[in-house]
Amino acid sequence: MSRHTASLAELSRQLRAKQVSAVELAQAYLARIEAHRDLNAFLDVRPEVTLAQARTADARIAAGDATPLTGIPIAHKDIFVTKDFTSTASSRMLEGYMSPFDATVVQNLGNAGMVTLGKLNCDEFAMGSSNENSAYGNVLNPWDKGAVPGGSSGGSSAVVAARIAPVATATDTGGSIREPAAFTGVTGTKPTYGRPSRWGMIAFASSLDTAGLMTNSAEDAALVLGPMVGFDPKDSTSVDRPGEDFSRDLGKPVKGLRIGVPKEFFGAGLQPDVEAAVRTALEEYRRLGATLVDISLPSAELGIPVYYVVAPAECSSNLSRFDGVRYGHRAKSYGDLNDMIAKSRAEGLGAEPKRRILIGTYVLSHGYYDAYYIQAQKVRRLIADEFRRAFEQCDLIAGPVTTSVAFGFGEKAADPVAMYMSDLYTIPGSLAGIPSMSIPCGFGAKGRPVGLQLMANYFEEAKMLGAAHQYQLATDWHARIPEGFR
Amino acid sequence: MSTSLARGWETVIGLETHAQLSTRSKIFSGASTAFGAPPNTQASVIDLALPGVLPVLNRGAVERAIRFGLAIGAKINPRSIFARKNYFYPDLPKNYQISQYEIPVVQGGTVHIRVGDAEKVVTLTRAHLEEDAGKSLHEDFHGMSGIDLNRAGTPLLEIVSEPELRSSAEAVAYAKTLHALVRWIGICDGNMQEGSFRCDANVSVRRIGDPKLGTRCEIKNLNSFRFLERAIEYEITRQIDLLEDGGRVVQETRLYDPDRDETRPMRSKEDAQDYRYFPDPDLLPLEIQPAWIEEVKATMPELPEARKRRYETELLFFPEDAEALTSSIEMSEYFEDVLKELKKRTDIKYGVQSPDQANAKSAANLIINDLVQLMNRTETPFAESRVSPVQMAGLLARSFDGTLSSKLTREVLARMWAVAEQPASRSDPNLADLLIEEGGLKQISDAGAIEKIIDEVLAANAKSVEEFRAGKDKAFNALVGQAMKATKGKANPAQVNEILKKKLASG
Repeated sequence: MSRHTASLAELSRQLRAKQVSAVELAQAYLARIEAHRDLNAFLDVRPEVTLAQARTADARIAAGDATPLTGIPIAHKDIFVTKDFTSTASSRMLEGYMSPFDATVVQNLGNAGMVTLGKLNCDEFAMGSSNENSAYGNVLNPWDKGAVPGGSSGGSSAVVAARIAPVATATDTGGSIREPAAFTGVTGTKPTYGRPSRWGMIAFASSLDTAGLMTNSAEDAALVLGPMVGFDPKDSTSVDRPGEDFSRDLGKPVKGLRIGVPKEFFGAGLQPDVEAAVRTALEEYRRLGATLVDISLPSAELGIPVYYVVAPAECSSNLSRFDGVRYGHRAKSYGDLNDMIAKSRAEGLGAEPKRRILIGTYVLSHGYYDAYYIQAQKVRRLIADEFRRAFEQCDLIAGPVTTSVAFGFGEKAADPVAMYMSDLYTIPGSLAGIPSMSIPCGFGAKGRPVGLQLMANYFEEAKMLGAAHQYQLATDWHARIPEGFR
Repeated sequence: MSTSLARGWETVIGLETHAQLSTRSKIFSGASTAFGAPPNTQASVIDLALPGVLPVLNRGAVERAIRFGLAIGAKINPRSIFARKNYFYPDLPKNYQISQYEIPVVQGGTVHIRVGDAEKVVTLTRAHLEEDAGKSLHEDFHGMSGIDLNRAGTPLLEIVSEPELRSSAEAVAYAKTLHALVRWIGICDGNMQEGSFRCDANVSVRRIGDPKLGTRCEIKNLNSFRFLERAIEYEITRQIDLLEDGGRVVQETRLYDPDRDETRPMRSKEDAQDYRYFPDPDLLPLEIQPAWIEEVKATMPELPEARKRRYETELLFFPEDAEALTSSIEMSEYFEDVLKELKKRTDIKYGVQSPDQANAKSAANLIINDLVQLMNRTETPFAESRVSPVQMAGLLARSFDGTLSSKLTREVLARMWAVAEQPASRSDPNLADLLIEEGGLKQISDAGAIEKIIDEVLAANAKSVEEFRAGKDKAFNALVGQAMKATKGKANPAQVNEILKKKLASG
């Protein structure tokens, strides 16, 4: 059978039964990566590094020292720093940058024996919803090469949709996992903020940045999430909780599950094709025995203005370190020190980071701080409170991930506000810090995929993944593979 | 100071003091804080602000802030916030400094200072934790700047006083008291040459009686008490001259140039930066439970102010002596150790005063006047005194029992200091006895022997005797001098006085 369509559990079984070696698996995926270079999904591929890791994995399997993930290939979003591959955050500023250490997420998965295929393209510093903001060019949507793959984790979503990596890491600040997952028909999982370590994630907005996964199923996500997350003393915002088996609820029927449907997620902006697919998916849940509960998240619509104060504020400060003094791009000619810093940043940073740095600098400025930043923090708490109250009425919340299916290249690039609206339904969950995910639930206009968003209360990833898996047992949207990649 | 008052002006000074906390590692990274390593060898990935790094707060730095709060009787906030202070500077790797802004860890508190005979209580505004920046090195790089990030991330406690100081002398007294205090409670090594303790002074002047504060200037980075005093003095005169000539003071930051003994403008308020403070999302609020404060309290030493009062009330010391003995933790601990050693001895006889008081005063005098002098001459710190507290107690014992006069005591102390260059002597607890024996330095207190010597002196100095009898009191002193000289200074001076008086009266 084709290994690139197998589940991670199946790959794991084959590896341990020695039906396939980690080296063979890595070679097969490296060949697929090579064959589909036109997607522009990878920024750095180093077969010698990948194969060395695969040989180590094979040795572990031979020695009986394997975990269920040993030998399974994975690709990492370029937001995670890595010792063995460049780490650029898709920015000219960090072109060729080699980190002296691995991000904790990368290290955890490496310790489990996963084999790194390379680094994935994304929006520059994870800022964007279409992957058009990469300094290294667009990633194409495998379903339709004229459509964006979503962003910022566009490389991660594209490679998993195209089955050129069985799983990929991603990061989500305001929707950067869920939106591209929806646009490419894959399963995108964002755990609770603080669950995965942020050590080694190039920071965009520290209070929102959350590592997560792109997979072909909820079952795959549950398998990888456990080893990936966990308390990290190097991250002060990391949550100290005992390890969990995120697969524990996969077999649990959804009968009796109360699914909250927020009316604010079905407002004017929602495109009929997306609404139809989402409503059908909700109907499927009801058929499976779940109860749909009408709920309200009245402040959710304030999510975008709140997000575009908080995230740029943090980003304006986080990106200050890119000054050309110690590493990264330095302008070739300059006058004094200030000029060196100014020119290096002007040349090294792209338009979107610059726009957000300007917004962030403005909202933190003397005289504006109270009106913008403090006010935004208050509304952010309000949104979190509304989720908390909603979860008293329901076990999960479900709705659309995006207002529309993937748009075409250039369609929204000239209108930042229209682009920002792409994250209308994903931002509230980010602001609250709750776990949420996107699962494929059909196709809309031009045959482009539609995603269903599931959200759970803090630390209830297992419940969320269980409900997603039950849906995926009853449907086959997640198993659809775009033409040309089967 | 007095000149400004004479000219009708009052000076208003507030100090911001940066004390480098004595943790082994940095405030947000595990890198060493040791001074003097080759450039950039003590900068971790966190200090270098590489992509993806995060800060983790060093509990030791917080513990030291708590110690300081307890020492000045301040409020220790149960919840304080780390904020980012954003500005671009090449030796500030993140281009923001993690500091505390709206809610500092320590709030309020007081420091008692003494200027001449006057005591004053200075109120503190706050003390907050923050990280230091690196250093820019502008020499040796031929038109370029070098950056050394060894100091980046070193923990600092910024201690802010209210503008309650009224002269450079008060400012220096405050800074010295604070300096002694942070060393006393073991939170800062106080090494000013290495920048472990440095002050910024906010200085303004106003007409005496004017309730409104004048426009202030901030003088940055004063790393010696002398520079602090000189800079403030210069600044006061500059501001008064300016105002009296009809000008006005511009709010600005100034730098003191010790070579020219003047302050120079660095940047004015107009180009003051907007630091865009906001809570650091990488760090949780700093929560300090009451139990932690209690834990720290249990390890606090007796504080200098309390010890000073105890010396005054229990040991009946003059305030200036009590002040001197508590001016540094090393001197004070040395003195306390000498007292303990004296208590252990069984070979001391006492006069009318209570043993403790008598011992303490003599010990204090010998330390403040004589030991300090020997130390200063050889630039030896107290912690490395060549004469140990045990040896000092041995010497004092011989003074108390009359074996040594005060003059001989000083003589033996000097000899102890000299021979203690050899490590063997340094550790001998009976060094004083040994040297007294060796040098034949025992006081002559045998009345018969002294009488014999005085007879000889009187016979040989008939002229002085005549002068004394003619009413010249000075001649008496000359005779005492002769007697002491004849005994090489060893005769008991009180006995010489007494016997000589008797002889002259009866003769």
